[in-house]
Amino acid sequence: MKICTLPLLLAGLMLAAGAHASAATHVTATQGWIRILPGKLPAGAYVTLTNSSDQAEALSGASSAAYAEVMLHQSSTQGGVSRMYKVKSLKIPAHGTASLTPGGYHLMLMKAVRAVKPGDIVKITLRFSDGSSLVSDFIARPANAMGASD
Amino acid sequence: MKLRYLLRPTLWLIPLALALLLGGCHRPEPLPFRLTNVTGHMPPLEFTLTNDEGKTVSASHYRGKVVLLYFGYTHCPDVCPLTLAHLHVVMQRLGKLADGARILFVTVDPGRDTPAILHGYVKAFDSHAIGLTGSPGDIEALVKRYRASFTREPATTDGNYEVSHSSAIYVFDRQGNPRVLSTPADSQDDLVHDLHLLLSNGAS
Repeated sequence: MKICTLPLLLAGLMLAAGAHASAATHVTATQGWIRILPGKLPAGAYVTLTNSSDQAEALSGASSAAYAEVMLHQSSTQGGVSRMYKVKSLKIPAHGTASLTPGGYHLMLMKAVRAVKPGDIVKITLRFSDGSSLVSDFIARPANAMGASD
Repeated sequence: MKLRYLLRPTLWLIPLALALLLGGCHRPEPLPFRLTNVTGHMPPLEFTLTNDEGKTVSASHYRGKVVLLYFGYTHCPDVCPLTLAHLHVVMQRLGKLADGARILFVTVDPGRDTPAILHGYVKAFDSHAIGLTGSPGDIEALVKRYRASFTREPATTDGNYEVSHSSAIYVFDRQGNPRVLSTPADSQDDLVHDLHLLLSNGAS
């Protein structure tokens, strides 16, 4: 009886995974991190997205149970002036990567449901233009961090 | 007799040397900077604002310190923190010398940035950082003094708005004279190099 438990469990897990037909399998997210600012200030989230398929993909949105609002933004510095824009999507080339990095593309996380502290892991759902999505872990880092790990 | 003849021209040189020395006080000594040298091209540091402890402070309060002036705002989740995180690394690289420097973070969003919010914000980055706020007019005057700029984008329905702002860091020597300008395109090594020159020079 005991021998049967593992395959059954595995089959159950596979079924569960299969049920999420929209789960992205062609995009992986690595080095996800959030720069935590004090109080109720919005935070920036960064990640590297890798597309293993033959088709170009695009990050089109994101959400998280930890924040009431998540927006895809781009910062730019031109002519000595820094600006921030809301952007609709970020292209991830076929067999390529797209990076959300400080000073460039980032997810702006607003209205934290509860205080997020450095060291916490926050789950963010990344949505792609083909309708698939990916739940990814982001590590909360202190304000003066330079990346997912220093 | 001969000795007097020899001394006479030398005596004339004394007031000349003094004049040169005094003249030198008005013009900062040239230093081999790597960043954009703005010595003599911008006015000395001058302002009266409120610090992050709620006290009124003027530029003279920071005479004797090398000042790094940066305009930003706390609801800026990306570029401002990146700049301040970079400056934190720069301060760490300067070691003990960093005690002679102050990062002055002047908000261009005084409506939202109270001294208390600024305090929590700047101290999360570096112990040498001080947040400054003030009346919109006083802030605008300081921004204009250094030919910097900022604009406020129209507010969204929930009252949030975006601000664009100058990205440069203005570096002043211990006497409050502008010396170099650091932009995001410049290397951290160059900023460390130039701060080293200013901090090792004329230590008070």
